[in-house]
Amino acid sequence: MRQYEKTGILSIKDLQVPSKKQLEKGVAILECVQDIPCNPCVESCPVHAISMKDINAPPVNDFEKCIGCTKCVGICPGLAIFVVKVKGNKAWVTLPYEFVPAPKVGEIVTALDRAGANRGKALVKKVIKQGKTMVITIEIDSDVAMDIRNIKV
Amino acid sequence: MGVYTRYDRGHSMRIRSHPIIDFKKRKEIPFYFQKKKVVGEEGDTIASALHAAGVRRLSKSLKYESPRGFFCGIGKCSSCLMRVNGIPNVRTCIAPLQEGIIVEMQDKLASLPDAEFDRKPKKTLHVEVLVVGAGPAGLCAALESAKQGASVLLVDENQIVGGQLVKQTHKFFGSKQERAGTRGIDIAKELENEIKKYQEGGKLQLMTDATVIGYYESDKNYRFGVVQRCEYQSRLFDVRCQAAVLACGAMENMLLFPGNDLPGVYGAGAVQTLMNVYGVKPGDRVLMVGAGNVGLIVSYQLLQAGISVDRVVEAAPIIGGYNVHAAKLQRCGVPIQTSHSIKEVCGEKKVEGAIIVQLDEDWKPIKNSEEYIKCDTICLAVGLTPSTRLLSQIGAQLAFIPEAGGFVALHDKTMQTSVKGIYVAGDASGIEEASTAMIEGKIAGLAAVIQLGCSKDKKLLDKYREELSQLRAGPFGEKPRIAKQKIAKMKEKSHASI
Repeated sequence: MRQYEKTGILSIKDLQVPSKKQLEKGVAILECVQDIPCNPCVESCPVHAISMKDINAPPVNDFEKCIGCTKCVGICPGLAIFVVKVKGNKAWVTLPYEFVPAPKVGEIVTALDRAGANRGKALVKKVIKQGKTMVITIEIDSDVAMDIRNIKV
Repeated sequence: MGVYTRYDRGHSMRIRSHPIIDFKKRKEIPFYFQKKKVVGEEGDTIASALHAAGVRRLSKSLKYESPRGFFCGIGKCSSCLMRVNGIPNVRTCIAPLQEGIIVEMQDKLASLPDAEFDRKPKKTLHVEVLVVGAGPAGLCAALESAKQGASVLLVDENQIVGGQLVKQTHKFFGSKQERAGTRGIDIAKELENEIKKYQEGGKLQLMTDATVIGYYESDKNYRFGVVQRCEYQSRLFDVRCQAAVLACGAMENMLLFPGNDLPGVYGAGAVQTLMNVYGVKPGDRVLMVGAGNVGLIVSYQLLQAGISVDRVVEAAPIIGGYNVHAAKLQRCGVPIQTSHSIKEVCGEKKVEGAIIVQLDEDWKPIKNSEEYIKCDTICLAVGLTPSTRLLSQIGAQLAFIPEAGGFVALHDKTMQTSVKGIYVAGDASGIEEASTAMIEGKIAGLAAVIQLGCSKDKKLLDKYREELSQLRAGPFGEKPRIAKQKIAKMKEKSHASI
């Protein structure tokens, strides 16, 4: 049994992790590790970086091809895709958000990790709407770039 | 003053701000409950209006007169039966609210009214295909049959079509042809619009607020009785058809524990209906029982409606639903406790809390592991049971298939049951989900008209079957895959023995 099957919380070991250089340009982290019948991320990718063997296989991101465009973030029905970009001691995480109230650009919000724990503050840099899903980019410290996956407004 | 009552500052139970659904204030609809004036909103059912007004107790048990609230919220159980304008046993969870109606709690057994079929003669309808249930399977079956040129009657118990799609605010999985990435509520609208097109073309008739009450003897074709409720005066239809697709759906399972009948213990789907269709909060703090996809998705949707979820308990050692759904909840700070279950509900007349307990490897409660949780709502997401009563009455051969969720009608690859011309689709043919239900509906609708000679498109049938097997190919498709294999095998065997 894998730990996430018990808790629902993925760890970095369960994920495909990009190199430092790839993180610097910004890439999509696909937090979708199970065989479920779903493929909108593959169809949404403009550079064909995301692929899967068949509709049930987990998606794989070719970090070399990925341009971090964030198109897949608002498409994923499982809200399981995050774009992470790191530069120096700052990082930007783009995440899907479906709650009210909507955060505003420039607002300081609480940064939450995969277990919903408060991990400090985040600055909202960008808010776009993809259908009813908001795609939000926050600025955080680079050391928590691979931990922060949610915000509390 | 005096006649106008708002129970428990009831309007605070209305959801006004929501990230996915636009819950605008609708026209106020006054009505009477226990002789007091209550105000609901346009689009409400009687039960949702009462709930919004703070009334959770709708009936009482016959023997001990224990208070009862509604459980299923979709007209499948009996805990919301009330007397409306003198008519007893009205399922208030699906009965549309109308201005000035008189709603009363029933005393023990209801008395038989004279009003029900008063001066309304029955009407005979002739169609080629009758489709029972306008959920994802039924809608697709009706559309498929109509597309091929057959005349179709589609009957549903609710005031709106879409079945359980109308409360699925999340985006669907799957591929493009199954409308992946589209929310269930939007799929319901798309299908409804398609239905309208065929209604205008005259090929398809839609009858809502109507129940198929039984199957009757007929020498030539199939004959069903349908009762349509119009302003609490029912009308009887005698429907003659050459084929029927039964897409009657399923109902939520109950779990045994002390206090499980208290108002505030709901099926997770009932809560989803209440908040996502009618915009009414079930309560303020919820304990979710069951971490399958339904439990996980509804928990998240509760958070989206501004309702707090204390935690999710799951008796199995692992989470049954998709990890992506569990992860969404966890990152909002809602813990999921596997190997935990509910022991009992606390509260006198309503839910005030619950005691949960940890389970060992044999699923037995571990001593002294009890924990008290303060909550006003318990949601049960512990599986579904196919609705097969009509199939059983027709004489379709049923079998108990645990992987299908209980008794199901045996059916072949074209969804035809052991009774020629009677098809089944969706959850009624084995518990699964909406994407596969839609394809099963298409298969049944198409196979029915092929048999009637309206179509010869067997290639399309094969294409649908291929889509279906692709969706079931992964590990999460294992259960339905096994269920369908067993069903097919038993069907073959029974066919050989006849």
